[in-house]
Amino acid sequence: MSDMQHDARRPYVRPMTGWWRKNPYFVCYMLREGTALVVAAYAMVLLTGLLCLATSEAAFNGWLAVLRHPFSIALHLLALAAMVYHTWSWFDIMPKTMPPVYAGGKRVPRHVITRAGIVTAIVVTLLILLLTWSLT
Amino acid sequence: MMKRSNAPIFWALFGAGGMLSALTGPALVFITGLAVPLGLMFAPEMMSYERTLGFAQHIAGKFFILAVIVLYLWHAAHRIYKSLHDVGIHPSPASRMACYGTAMAGSLLAVYGVLAVGF
Amino acid sequence: MSEQQRMIDIEVLRYRPEEDAEPFFQTYTVPFTDDMSVLQGLQYIKDELDSTLSYRWSCRMAICGSCGMMINGKPELSCHTFLRHFYPGGLRVEPLNHFPIERDLVVRVDDFIGKLESIKPYIIAKEVRRLEQGEYLQTPAERDRYEQFSSCINCMLCYAACPQYGLDNKFMGPGVLALLHRYNADSRDGGQAQRMELVNAEEGVWNCTAVGYCSEVCPKGVDPANAVNINKINSAKDYFINLVRPREGGK
Repeated sequence: MSDMQHDARRPYVRPMTGWWRKNPYFVCYMLREGTALVVAAYAMVLLTGLLCLATSEAAFNGWLAVLRHPFSIALHLLALAAMVYHTWSWFDIMPKTMPPVYAGGKRVPRHVITRAGIVTAIVVTLLILLLTWSLT
Repeated sequence: MMKRSNAPIFWALFGAGGMLSALTGPALVFITGLAVPLGLMFAPEMMSYERTLGFAQHIAGKFFILAVIVLYLWHAAHRIYKSLHDVGIHPSPASRMACYGTAMAGSLLAVYGVLAVGF
Repeated sequence: MSEQQRMIDIEVLRYRPEEDAEPFFQTYTVPFTDDMSVLQGLQYIKDELDSTLSYRWSCRMAICGSCGMMINGKPELSCHTFLRHFYPGGLRVEPLNHFPIERDLVVRVDDFIGKLESIKPYIIAKEVRRLEQGEYLQTPAERDRYEQFSSCINCMLCYAACPQYGLDNKFMGPGVLALLHRYNADSRDGGQAQRMELVNAEEGVWNCTAVGYCSEVCPKGVDPANAVNINKINSAKDYFINLVRPREGGK
């Protein structure tokens, strides 16, 4: 290729700024990834409680008192919404991350795998609630 | 020759934590953050110092508490690390340390915690 | 009794490297009928309104993979998308995302072609059969494992869809990894070990964050997201086995 032809080509590279705001699919993706912040925050709330528990009764009661504060209740409501979205989006993408599954000689369709995951989540939720209630 | 990535370690932890949080997250947030503090469905005494200590001192309780805290932290660390790249903060030793370092610190504290509450 | 001819506005991203500092939009008003594709709209522009407009196309029936472009912000084959769908609002046509623009709607595809070539996209026979031994035999079940991934027409819509490729073009990308999987999953092929180095690298499967948009836009139902993420499992297995029992060459 001659030098003149090299000069004539001037490929234009478009910037990636704001890429995810431009498409609803990407907005949902970023929200899905954003649930990680809630998972981390909740784990740290539990960790704090654990450390308070290991410290003293007063420390642990302090942690309980913070949990009763309306601000904490509001945040946990948002956290619950985020967790539910995490559960839904996790099983929504799960079939895409798995090798093909066969049952009865036929390939199990994607939505069946998702539904199975959601049902499992509901069952585990009920089991946890039941187990906790049986401890009262 | 392309260098082999160490991502599988963090990805496996991400997957385990993601599955655990997908299955248990809503229930746990509801119980500890809403139901018990508000006295909905469960009496607030459910999470009293004595009862919680008893739970944490039991080997099964320790296992459960540790699994939840540690796996949730490693799931979140990996996802956040990847998401930083999505918003323009590119992979670097600093971002890796911030994300995975926090998860490691939290995990170590959790191990300390479940041992410190006694048996 | 003739219907009034309907017109639609097509806003096209133009870029002439020899005269433009930057790309800019130019709008053309095009007469259309219900059966006209966006490609035909562009052809009308080139034939009747502005012969300087450049774009790639060939088969006009969604099999050659040449006419990929962004239509209202979504990666589509222009021959496979219809003008009537955008009436009366009009549509915006841009070159495929995440590739450098060569001219108008034409993008530089060197990176994609280079990556395609790098994965050994051919059967590396597990057991070579001589001509007199006859064909390689394969059961329907064996074919099912890779058939969907063999449908790729190299249209690169998945690359335009993939934000990870857009953020870092060292990423192998969905289409190439799907093709790699097509060969790895073929029962006739014995080249998995040779391809693993590419899979195991950060730029292999590990740049993927399961956005999944690549599979949404694929016009042939290849499901590249599936191919990439199945190989995360394969790569992880390989990683942990290698920890316990390192392969020769210490990779």
